[in-house]
Amino acid sequence: MPTERVITTVEAIRETLAQALRDRPEVFLLGEGVADPTGIFGTTKGLVDEFGPERVIEMPVAENGLTGIAIGSALMGRRPVMTHQRVDFALLSIEQLFNAAAKSCYVTNGRHRVPFTVRMVIGRGWGQGPQHSQSLEALFAHIPGLKVVMPSTPYEFKGLLHGAIDDDNPVIFIEHRWLHYVSGPVPPERYAIPLTGPRLVEQGGRATVVANSYMVLEAIRASAALAKVGCPVDVIDLRVLRPFDPTLIVESVRRTGRLVVCDTGWQLFGIGSEIIAAVAERAFDALKKPVVRIGLPDHPTPSSLALAESYYPGSGDIVDAIGKLCDLPAAAIAAARAEVIAARRGIPIDKPDPAFKGPF
Amino acid sequence: MVAGLKTSQDTALDPSFATGLFRDMLRIRMVEEEIAKRYREEKMRCPVHLSIGQEAVPVGVSAVLRRSDQVVSTHRCHAHYLAKGGDLRAMLCELMGRAEGCCGGRGGSMHLFDPAVGMLLSLPIVAASIPIGVGAALALKQAKRDDVAVVYLGDASVEEGVFHESANFAAVHRLPVVFVCENNLYSVYTPLEERQPPRPITDLARAHGLYAVAVDGNDVVAVHRAASDAVRRVRSGSGPAFIEAATYRWREHCGPNFDNTLGYRTEVEFETWKRRDPIETLAQHLGEHGLLSESQRAGFAAEIAAEIAGAFAYAEAAPYPAPETAERHLYAD
Repeated sequence: MPTERVITTVEAIRETLAQALRDRPEVFLLGEGVADPTGIFGTTKGLVDEFGPERVIEMPVAENGLTGIAIGSALMGRRPVMTHQRVDFALLSIEQLFNAAAKSCYVTNGRHRVPFTVRMVIGRGWGQGPQHSQSLEALFAHIPGLKVVMPSTPYEFKGLLHGAIDDDNPVIFIEHRWLHYVSGPVPPERYAIPLTGPRLVEQGGRATVVANSYMVLEAIRASAALAKVGCPVDVIDLRVLRPFDPTLIVESVRRTGRLVVCDTGWQLFGIGSEIIAAVAERAFDALKKPVVRIGLPDHPTPSSLALAESYYPGSGDIVDAIGKLCDLPAAAIAAARAEVIAARRGIPIDKPDPAFKGPF
Repeated sequence: MVAGLKTSQDTALDPSFATGLFRDMLRIRMVEEEIAKRYREEKMRCPVHLSIGQEAVPVGVSAVLRRSDQVVSTHRCHAHYLAKGGDLRAMLCELMGRAEGCCGGRGGSMHLFDPAVGMLLSLPIVAASIPIGVGAALALKQAKRDDVAVVYLGDASVEEGVFHESANFAAVHRLPVVFVCENNLYSVYTPLEERQPPRPITDLARAHGLYAVAVDGNDVVAVHRAASDAVRRVRSGSGPAFIEAATYRWREHCGPNFDNTLGYRTEVEFETWKRRDPIETLAQHLGEHGLLSESQRAGFAAEIAAEIAGAFAYAEAAPYPAPETAERHLYAD
């Protein structure tokens, strides 16, 4: 059996973009830094040398204008891929995304298409603070006509990014930057994952944990610790927030009767709330315990490490929530909690965990 | 050939071409007058932004465009759509919310488009279609087509940041785009001088490195001349151009009525512009040169009236979209 190739998410993204540029002449990249020497955290590094400045366009600092320009080109059959180094920067382009990109297909009765991928990076960590670390997927997921994707592992990044670029709709592709450093097995050949819905990561049966993006890794870590104390759980990677398909989640909750949702964004009005609503509508009778939401507290992200410590939930919070929902003995909860804390090996909360390596 | 009706310094305007410009303006005027007349019937159940008084700009510009050139427009898009060759029945069906509307009744009057004739899209958010048009120009350049994009915008659009973002990018990449700014002096009820300092709008375009000219937007021959020059430059790869066309909206910002009683503009100003009616101005020129007789004009009007009556009758009889189709096409298949 051949050894699986293990690469980082950064390498997986770069490989995907290079393949897309090679395969389809209508694909082009644009972004602030897309053609600079560092290439968007390495994800576009060197691509301008291979494909030229006409296809790897270093854009002026004009997010809304360039978003409209990308949309106009997409209406004419091009397939632009734009990157924002922070989700927060993309807020300047909301008018074009919400009004033009999201509605063109609908308003024209299906005659216009906007094959447009917008990468946005969640800049968590190292004191990035209130305007460089926001996780605003709920904002985009609210808009009919957009697709919203939050990949978790390197394998998923490659497949979903190909899926996004192949898709004839505007796709908001949200990358948690702590996932950029994660490594895992990724096949070298091209493969696309269609943007259709969540995936079941683990089937354990005692409870259902639905997580997105980086929180999937925290959920997997919690799940491993819980399994050791006799409480295996289902872990579902939400991965495609829109189009929203809760079927897999509802099926899981019907088996487990217990639900924990984990967001990278704010709890209030967040993605988890929508999942809970979907479960309440479709499987209320199956719920044995009140649902639990894990997400960010109701205030902006503080910069100081002292203030950020309690801001970001992690696998310990997931363990606690499941322990309570499943009536685990206090000793079992403590053991599982100790395991996930030990797994982090004392790395401060403002730095990514280098232990996150696949396979997942 | 006609003296005084020059399209450029060396090419005189062909008489039949000139009467064609007249007929095109008259047709747009008559369509919009009919919309205004029938609006109270409440069959057109959407806002309408009429271009009555501003017909010379789209007619003068469209006369130099190919079918494959791409046009984007604004909330005030009827005249741009019709001048580019947009289907009249599909437009009226759209205004009446019928299934055969260009948007299937999903957009209303502010979203007119007709891809078959290069009318790419209209958007009702001020300045929002500007980058879309520049993006179309980028696509044309990437596809190595020698077509151009035309972006219609109003005087208020240059107050939006996205105009500057778009003009800047168009200049940096020398994109084949002509910005056509219809300066009708008002943003709804607010006059230009309350919104912008006393400097020519063309200065903004020049500051971005665009070739820019100002033109009498009520003189279709002058508009045509400016557009010919701009489109020739742009098509040859010289980079983007900007035309400011001074003109005037006769009726209210939105709706079928006159609104001078509100007091935001003077009766004197209104009458001054009305005397400079682009259609009558051209008719007088043509008449002086013996190129447009009363009977010929009446003939045009009768043909157009019959076309409009037929299109209204068609739209009024056309079926509505089925309610259960409302959720379709949220995503492309």
